[in-house]
Amino acid sequence: MLSTLNTRAARAQEHLNIVIVGHVDHGKSTLLGRLFADTGSLPEGKLEKVRGICERQGKEFEYAFLFDAFLEEQEQGITIDTARTFFQWKDRQYIIIDAPGHKEFLKNMISGAARAEAALLLIDAQEGVKEQSKKHGYLLSLLGVRQVAVVVNKMDLVGYRQDVFEAIEKEYRAFLTQLKVSPERFVPVSAKRGENIATRSRVMPWYTGPTVLDTLGLFREETEREHQPLRFPVQDVYKFDARRILAGRIAAGLVKVGDRLVFSPSNKTANVKSIEAFNVEPVPTQAKAGQSTGITLDEQIFVERGEIASYPDAAPLVSTVFRCNLFWMGRRPLETGKRYALRLATREVECEVETIHRIIDAGDLDARQTQTTVGKNEVAELTIRTKLPLAFDLYSDFEATGRFVLVDQYDVSGGGIITESVRDAQTVLREEARRRDIAWVKGDVGPDDRARHYGHRAALILLTGGPPSDKSFLARRLEVRLVADSRHTYLLDGGNLRRGLDTDLAEEDGAEMVRRFGEVARLLIDTGLIVVSTTNTFGRIDHQAIQTLVHPTPVVTVHLSKTQETSPPSTDLAFAGPKDFETIVDRIIAELKQRGVLAQAIGAKQQFHYSI
Amino acid sequence: MNAHLRQLEDQSVYIFREAYKHFENLAMLWSMGKDSTVLLWLARKAFLGHVPFPLIHVDTSYKIPAMIEYRDRFAREWRLNLVIGQNTEALKNGMNPGLGRVECCTALKTNGLKNLLAEKGYTGVILGVRADEEGTRAKERYFSPRDKHGDWDFREQPPELWDQFKTAFPQGTHIRIHPLLDWTEINIWEYIKAENIPIIDLYFDKGEGTRYRSLGCAPCTFPIKSKAKNVDDIIEELRHTTVAERSGRAQDEGRGMELLRKDGYM
Ligand SMILES: Nc1nc2c(ncn2[C@@H]2O[C@H](COP(=O)(O)OP(=O)(O)O)[C@@H](O)[C@H]2O)c(=O)[nH]1
Ligand SMILES: [Mg+2]
Repeated sequence: MLSTLNTRAARAQEHLNIVIVGHVDHGKSTLLGRLFADTGSLPEGKLEKVRGICERQGKEFEYAFLFDAFLEEQEQGITIDTARTFFQWKDRQYIIIDAPGHKEFLKNMISGAARAEAALLLIDAQEGVKEQSKKHGYLLSLLGVRQVAVVVNKMDLVGYRQDVFEAIEKEYRAFLTQLKVSPERFVPVSAKRGENIATRSRVMPWYTGPTVLDTLGLFREETEREHQPLRFPVQDVYKFDARRILAGRIAAGLVKVGDRLVFSPSNKTANVKSIEAFNVEPVPTQAKAGQSTGITLDEQIFVERGEIASYPDAAPLVSTVFRCNLFWMGRRPLETGKRYALRLATREVECEVETIHRIIDAGDLDARQTQTTVGKNEVAELTIRTKLPLAFDLYSDFEATGRFVLVDQYDVSGGGIITESVRDAQTVLREEARRRDIAWVKGDVGPDDRARHYGHRAALILLTGGPPSDKSFLARRLEVRLVADSRHTYLLDGGNLRRGLDTDLAEEDGAEMVRRFGEVARLLIDTGLIVVSTTNTFGRIDHQAIQTLVHPTPVVTVHLSKTQETSPPSTDLAFAGPKDFETIVDRIIAELKQRGVLAQAIGAKQQFHYSI
Repeated sequence: MNAHLRQLEDQSVYIFREAYKHFENLAMLWSMGKDSTVLLWLARKAFLGHVPFPLIHVDTSYKIPAMIEYRDRFAREWRLNLVIGQNTEALKNGMNPGLGRVECCTALKTNGLKNLLAEKGYTGVILGVRADEEGTRAKERYFSPRDKHGDWDFREQPPELWDQFKTAFPQGTHIRIHPLLDWTEINIWEYIKAENIPIIDLYFDKGEGTRYRSLGCAPCTFPIKSKAKNVDDIIEELRHTTVAERSGRAQDEGRGMELLRKDGYM
């Protein structure tokens, strides 16, 4: 709101985002106003204007009105939404975010705190530690704000007594220790009277530590992200002049021309050919954490938004299940079993909450034993299951790829940090596929080249259910129709493998048979074929194994049944009752078109049509 | 370029790319002022020299003529897809600042924009508002929803954390996107200098000892006393000023801006 007095703005290099939090009415907005006023950082006439407003409303002058800009905020004397303020001191530019303390506006506080690198947490000396003092302390730790200074305000109301200050410090320090947060310091102040804000207080000679203004200067800028292994979430793919540029912001580490990258969860690999930029001389050869950049690759591999690029030997985790701590701000409670969209870096997948382990009541931090919902403003420990494999890290290892939000319908409603990766049924095969794909020796003809020549991409069609005769008939019709359309197609029957490749296996080696079937399908897919499978002997679990081994190739599952029964979950097409096989074939072909397998245009976002 | 400007640029580019990814029907406002011209430059950064969406200019007919010349020149040079909106109805009925500044802004700018949004069906609109301009903008989100009437419900703003923005919205509503929210006036000028962005010369003193600090419509924007002749002079001047940027903008008097913005003003 207020452009600070720029006198000291000379060559400011450093920059820091700070949030002010704490219980409502403990004096956050006042402290901010006072900080600006006492450092001469207000524009001309601003104080007079606010004095005028107070006079007209017949109120005592409030520094808080400097930033509580809405009429409603001034009338009620509370902050409703966070204000970004700009403050310049010495060689540093600060954005100081004044957060609301009222619990009704907790989501606004979170929006402010999520952007901060450091926090001032205010506690009213007279009122002491209150509910939101604790909640905010807890949320700061969850949001990853590690530098916290506690400001004990309104010391004027307790006669500037050292024992009152120390009692609060002792109580609150004990609380923070449970959260594994160690506050940088406690500062006794009177925001209203300007004691220990910008200038050292004379009425509290017992305190010799830094003032609030000094405290700001003591917060450090966080830079370690660029020394971590690379995490580059793909934000979008642009096609300019026939080049495919992967755009995104580097979440951790460094990327250089020539680096070999693996994309998770697809496990595709390629080398960095160039770093792209507009109006940058000389052309950059590397980009580091925090930068929004673009890269091109030496191979035309098909990667999409949401994948995370890394070095092959330090790739993120991949699973469909993980444990997390999450705060909920949704209008409706969070429920187990309900579908939500999960967004992690640039990836969006469907998910559900499998288990609510406990609700953490930030008030006293003990676990409340649980139920199936998490209410508004509650924090919980959960296990989440995603519909598709997700690449992620533990929050303790990587900030940006270790946290996520949940979207309920249109609204971002929860934020969480990942504490543990849980093995799912596919973990072993997924790891096999990943090792195999990363080390895969490729020829000079890539999937894009094949697709261009064949007029389609590779895919796997899995037929299940119904009498074997129906399935086999449908598979043959489908193969005939696709080949007649010049689509390169092959019918792979599980039985054929058993009579050859699997002769060394016994009946009970079912899992190994499935694995071999998956690997054979993977080879055929790599040749660019559409593979049609009637894997009679395999069950649904096995189909998941096959999908894992051929990931990320499109897999279309088709279920046939005699009567109107419910088809297994995650079936793409289901047909019941008497069958018109030609119509079923039409439907499968339509599905292949819809998935982009049979589409003409191949590659990235093709709707980039404007004249340049 | 200093580290902080670089951070601001990276964040703005990230926002642009999110907007482009999520909104089918996206447009950006360009008023030819310094902020929206920096915004335009950042779009070219994000899309590597291209601007893959139309630029809207809401023409109140009271703009300073030099601004129109400047607009047409760069629309040509940078191959921009320019869309011009005007509330011709209100103009025909004689709307002018003499009938009240808030009334005039509402009719010619807010409604001019709303009409155009409705007509073209834009669901995402990118604007160059900055948090340091005035109080209500300090409380904005990067992705800020507007309801069916284009109104801003500041009490119920969506949470915004970890660069996950509000990109899903019910039909009939739209989202305002603010890539410049974290920039200050001096950051804008430092960036103009670092990137050598061609800026309209109304911002510079041409010997009369006055220049514009903020550009709006001719009748409601007043030059300030200043001898700043180039970007360096302006940066130097801003380092020492204690006068608010929009002091030459009449709309900001009283509660003008809060009322305007609730109704969907930029
Ligand atoms: N006596 C006294 N009152 C204060 C002090 N700081 C703030 N206040 C008052 O506490 C009330 C709430 O302050 P405000 O800044 O709006 O609190 P916030 O809700 O934390 O932003 C206001 O009436 C302030 O004048 C202080 O140091 N001493
Ligand atoms: Mg407040």
